[in-house]
Amino acid sequence: MAEQLRMPVESGVPDPMPLMHPTLKANFGNWKYHHRPRPGVLHHVSHSGDNVWTVRAGTQRQMDVATIRKLCDIADEFADSHVRFTIRSNIEYMVSDESKVKPLIDKLNQEGFPVGGTGNSVTMISHTQGWLHCDIPGTDASGVVKALMDELYDEFVNERMPNRVHMTTSCCQINCGGQGDIAINVQHTKPPKIDHDLVANACERPTVVARCPVAAIRPAMIEGKPSLEVDEKKCICCGACYPPCPPMQINDPEHSKLAIWVGGKHSNARSKPMFHKLVVSDIPNNPPRWPEAAAIIKKILRSYQDDARDWERMGDWIERIGWPRFFELTGLPFTKFHIDDWRGARNSLNASAHIRF
Amino acid sequence: MPSKKQHDTPNLDQLEDGPWPSFVTGLKRLADENDMAVDLLGQLETSYQTKMGYWKGGTVGVRGYGGGVIPRFTELKDENGQAKFPDAAEFHTLRVMPPAGMHYDTDTLRKMCDVWEKHGSGLIALHGQSGDIMFQGCSTDNVQPAFDELNEMGFDLGGAGPAVRTGMSCVGAARCEHSCANEQKIHRSLVNNFMDDMHRPSLPYKFKFKVSGCPNDCMNSIHRSDFSVIGTWRDDIRADQNEVVNFVNDKGRKYVIDNVVSRCPTNALSLNDDDTLDIDNRNCVRCMHCINVMTKALSPGVDKGISVLIGGKRTLKIGDSMGTVIIPFMKMETEEDYEKLVGIAEDIIDFFAENALEHERTGEMIERIGLVNFLEGVGIDVDPHMISSPRQSSYVRMDDWQEEADKWQQRKVAAE
Repeated sequence: MAEQLRMPVESGVPDPMPLMHPTLKANFGNWKYHHRPRPGVLHHVSHSGDNVWTVRAGTQRQMDVATIRKLCDIADEFADSHVRFTIRSNIEYMVSDESKVKPLIDKLNQEGFPVGGTGNSVTMISHTQGWLHCDIPGTDASGVVKALMDELYDEFVNERMPNRVHMTTSCCQINCGGQGDIAINVQHTKPPKIDHDLVANACERPTVVARCPVAAIRPAMIEGKPSLEVDEKKCICCGACYPPCPPMQINDPEHSKLAIWVGGKHSNARSKPMFHKLVVSDIPNNPPRWPEAAAIIKKILRSYQDDARDWERMGDWIERIGWPRFFELTGLPFTKFHIDDWRGARNSLNASAHIRF
Repeated sequence: MPSKKQHDTPNLDQLEDGPWPSFVTGLKRLADENDMAVDLLGQLETSYQTKMGYWKGGTVGVRGYGGGVIPRFTELKDENGQAKFPDAAEFHTLRVMPPAGMHYDTDTLRKMCDVWEKHGSGLIALHGQSGDIMFQGCSTDNVQPAFDELNEMGFDLGGAGPAVRTGMSCVGAARCEHSCANEQKIHRSLVNNFMDDMHRPSLPYKFKFKVSGCPNDCMNSIHRSDFSVIGTWRDDIRADQNEVVNFVNDKGRKYVIDNVVSRCPTNALSLNDDDTLDIDNRNCVRCMHCINVMTKALSPGVDKGISVLIGGKRTLKIGDSMGTVIIPFMKMETEEDYEKLVGIAEDIIDFFAENALEHERTGEMIERIGLVNFLEGVGIDVDPHMISSPRQSSYVRMDDWQEEADKWQQRKVAAE
């Protein structure tokens, strides 16, 4: 008998209601206020009088089944068997009984999961796939995040920042992920190295030509083979040509560096959403711990912590004190590269006599 | 079943130290039983030494779908063209859509672990940047059986490639007092309407939906989606003045003036001599700051709904953009409201499919053709909420001014 091949059930996004913690479900749309009794714990109160406590813990995001099963064991034994995850891969345990909170926190800590990431803390860094899985990475992602979170651990488990700090990393210049108070992104510094033998076989040349943001690529015959050439005076070394055409190798162990961007936010609170801005580049891509990047990030965080007012996100703080003061406080160099020349750049120039001394 | 001998990983070993949970420790645990994990560690260690990546894409999928599996084949080969780490030579990822809001019970998570231990490497990311559960590390042959088991559990593949992508919604109404909408219902209504466009990619490029229940925008939807839904309210902030006074007594007037009143972007707050708060609601822009600080005293209004912003994207080609307000406010209460929103999404995706260039995002297309052309194309009237300020450039032809001004008057009359 011919095998009946199983076709997919196109079920789409599953309904969360059957999986939701019963107290959340019972009070859906009816919550009144919340407060944070301690870092890592949210206490929500409903108009119905119901209470729910949420304990938030950091995870490694890239989890082996043993880790996930351990997190489930903790949920079954110390919480209410219902969990959720945040956009930044923290796990949240909901409990409707306050007496469960402390033993749950103790157990999580005992098992190596830090409790925190709430309020004005440095929460888990959002990151991409890197060498572990991406096909175009300039660096690793999970490793960078592990190295940085080790350094910033105390700021995850405490709430000592002026406001929340959202950090992101990107392993290439396509920059999956969004804006960050601090972003650590790859910055290539040399044009791609082209393997002309492979371009003819592998690459859809018009696609690659169209992909370049500065129109620096054109088709060319190189040693009798249809290939591509790059106008290196125009090339901004972004690597956008690499994904459609892997023979245009942009990644380089020495010349692909890291850059740090500061001041982005998506929230509308106090100020409109902001893009992060370049503050420093040419940081060595130095696995397994990236100490140079970590040192600069800690310096920036210290300046922010010391100087910003409560509730100011990093971008708000810098708007108030001005960028010249930012460079002064952090000791980072100001260069010609900080002056924008992309579309809309005129808006970033100081067209005023507003100067702080 | 004990696996083959693990490779030396002196660089990765250094990531086992330190207080933060280590993904390397987890991988080594998998490698005790699973040859694929052994070789994954081998390839990853090589990357750490050479500072290069060794994966390339390809074409791998499940029956009936043209996307959702991220193919990964190793490029790390020896002189004979054989994979140096053969048991991880195929390390594909299944993107699987989580329940809206990422709620789970332990039963479900355990079943997922069982499936992945059986068919794949045992490595699961909760979650990827895309909002998917990422079942990472599977041979080509195991992709279909793994998917079949997950599909039987009620889960479906997410989006990849030039398609509608997996969406995201915040915890919202399930737990948050700021929620102005049923975020998970909006998320599911939108994304589930486009299963064909998700599972059989044929758009110019990706298209993402993200839903946040209030302007704090915890899902970063304004930037990280083409179609951003942000919950909001039309009427007055609800102020419990007793709680306001309590807050002032607790923190002091100076704190409240310096951290709440003076931070209002439109100077809509004033602290009265009796410690109650005056709110100029007409000028409140719903930034959420005062509500965030004084969550017991202040809440969003009761006339709730959503704003819709179109065109957010990350760096490629034209740089980053935030979405633009296209719909300042619409109610999301009745089934008709949901149908209307889905209809708007369909019009926008249809227009995008017809008019965007290959590999062009919606925001790029809007920048190229101009917002006015986009609005005319999708049948939405111009609205001053779409701009921060009118044009600064006089370089425009305006000989049909009167006709356009008449349209505005007609809309006003029709609205009354």
